[in-house]
Amino acid sequence: MTAFEAAGLTRSYQLEGVTVDALRGVDLTIGDGEFAAILGPSGSGKSTLMHLLGCLDRPTSGVLKVGGVDVSTLDDTKLAELRNQMIGFVFQSFHLLARTSALDNVALPLVYRGVAKADRRKRARAALEAVGLAHRLDHRPSQMSGGEQQRVAIARALVGDPQVVLADEPTGNLDTRNGEEVMGLLERLNADQGVAIVLVTHEPEVANRARRQIHVRDGLIERDVA
Amino acid sequence: MRTAEAFRMALEALRVNRLRSALTMLGVIIGVSAVVILVAIGTGAKDAIEDEISGLGSNIILVVPGQLNFQAAPTQSRLDLGDVNYVRRVVGDPSRVTVSVQSGENIRVGRNEAFVTVVGTDENIPNVFERPLKRGRYLTETDIDTRRRVAVLGSEVSQQLFGDLDPVGRQATIAGVRFRVVGVYEKVGATFGVARDRETHIPVTTAQRLLGVERVNGIAIGASGPDVIDSLGQKVVDALTARYPDEKFSAVTQTQLLGTIGTVLGMLTGVLAAIAGISLLVGGVGVSNIMLVSVRERTKEIGLRKALGARQRDVLGQFLIEAVLLTTIGGTIGIALGVGGSLLIEALSPVPASITLWSILLAFGVSAVVGVFFGVAPARRAGRLDPVVALRAE
Ligand SMILES: Nc1ncnc2c1ncn2[C@@H]1O[C@H](COP(=O)(O)OP(=O)(O)OP(=O)(O)O)[C@@H](O)[C@H]1O
Ligand SMILES: [Mg+2]
Repeated sequence: MTAFEAAGLTRSYQLEGVTVDALRGVDLTIGDGEFAAILGPSGSGKSTLMHLLGCLDRPTSGVLKVGGVDVSTLDDTKLAELRNQMIGFVFQSFHLLARTSALDNVALPLVYRGVAKADRRKRARAALEAVGLAHRLDHRPSQMSGGEQQRVAIARALVGDPQVVLADEPTGNLDTRNGEEVMGLLERLNADQGVAIVLVTHEPEVANRARRQIHVRDGLIERDVA
Repeated sequence: MRTAEAFRMALEALRVNRLRSALTMLGVIIGVSAVVILVAIGTGAKDAIEDEISGLGSNIILVVPGQLNFQAAPTQSRLDLGDVNYVRRVVGDPSRVTVSVQSGENIRVGRNEAFVTVVGTDENIPNVFERPLKRGRYLTETDIDTRRRVAVLGSEVSQQLFGDLDPVGRQATIAGVRFRVVGVYEKVGATFGVARDRETHIPVTTAQRLLGVERVNGIAIGASGPDVIDSLGQKVVDALTARYPDEKFSAVTQTQLLGTIGTVLGMLTGVLAAIAGISLLVGGVGVSNIMLVSVRERTKEIGLRKALGARQRDVLGQFLIEAVLLTTIGGTIGIALGVGGSLLIEALSPVPASITLWSILLAFGVSAVVGVFFGVAPARRAGRLDPVVALRAE
């Protein structure tokens, strides 16, 4: 099985009459349980690629299969369900709901899966324990450090047992020590549970911890080193 | 996502923005309480007037000269006691017909003086009107036939002239002529601003001599049942028109009065409710406005929810439920305030207020509808947000 299969993927934006080609024909296959880093200069199309892989956006042309399903055959509702079932997201700026406890933040994906409250809380607690935050269940994002917030975000990404975790610069807002910790968690997730990890990063040290480096430049894959 | 979950989420969002939610609700609260209070006052006024009219007695027909028209000046009466006897023959049962000759006069007892409505009438008053006695007796046929100078006082007249004394058997001077009080009426209240407790009844024959007139002002008939009112009124009018072909006569019935006044007051209540409804609408626009602001403010949150698997309908539902909760919670508070306000008005002011279930249900229903109506546009906007655009929003 392959997590992602992309062929001739393009994405262009219309900006005040000018067409910006963010991706210009990407062929890419990422297998189950892989650990890949996407690198490249700013504006090269890394985030755009991540959004396409994460089914948050649709390609302008080309074919993308997620878990073997051609996403162009899915409507928005089905796409949302696919995200919910298969993909976990980790963002550079955490994206936690303010004024909401860590536990409820982590349980949120399960709300949209229709999981009953008691079950949600149980699974969210387990996910928070797995990232070492058993003592922060009722804390709000504003009451936690950046590293802790990103760990809550990772717990939220893994609570639904996804096949893939997509992380867009997960360490970008963290200091070295906290970045290290977050990377450790992702590695363990990959090794212990076989979850495929695709992360975007600027930092070579972070990229080097992945088993595969995909270099993107000007909307194309320049180099793909396994 | 389950509905219960959506409600919990919406309540949470409202709780988080407590002040804003409260201020947004304020418009709805004011609108709904205004609807409830104004409808209560309108209904109260209608009930009060209908009570007054039915308090007169039942099945009453008033026969008056001229065409009944609110703009026209009252027509000079040409009816006299002969015509009253004629009407008695037409009606068949003379005891169901009574008469009135009216004039404002001074009445004096010792040093006490009062200006009252002197009504010349006859022994049939209790057969036609609801006019219970407190003391003494009604006028009798003999009083009329022999032009006795006797009087039956309204309760307020009695109180003013005699205080707590029993006036029966005592003397009172009306327009300079001495009368003997033979009875006192129970308090009956006012009808159409006519203070019936300020009336003094004397025999019609005595009144005509006292005032120097031959005419009577009007004839009142007590029909034997509600179903004969209209036909009997018409019969009397036709008979009088036959006797005086050049004159016009009108029969006014309670049903007519109730009908006309009921329609007018019903319209008034409707207009009041509509005005209050407009303020409810303005409250709805406020909800819409705040929901749009809220959607904009929470763009990132919406993007995140979508990334985590929220479908368009989940997000739409969440915001729609928020809007409906705003208006229905506001509506419920407004109903409570409206009911409380109505009770307070009823208790503390002479304005009658009568709370009706329909106005409460309507107010609640309308606020829910307002929530849906004004919530739909912002909620759709939220539901349709592109997750990538939403996530990138700052
Ligand atoms: N919504 C949009 N409208 C127009 N142009 C866009 C839009 N989103 C991205 N772009 C353009 O597409 C290109 C790729 O953007 P993208 O965000 O994928 O870059 P990136 O590799 O993630 O950069 P960074 O490392 O700075 O995050 C850029 O030139 C960007 O300006
Ligand atoms: Mg980027």
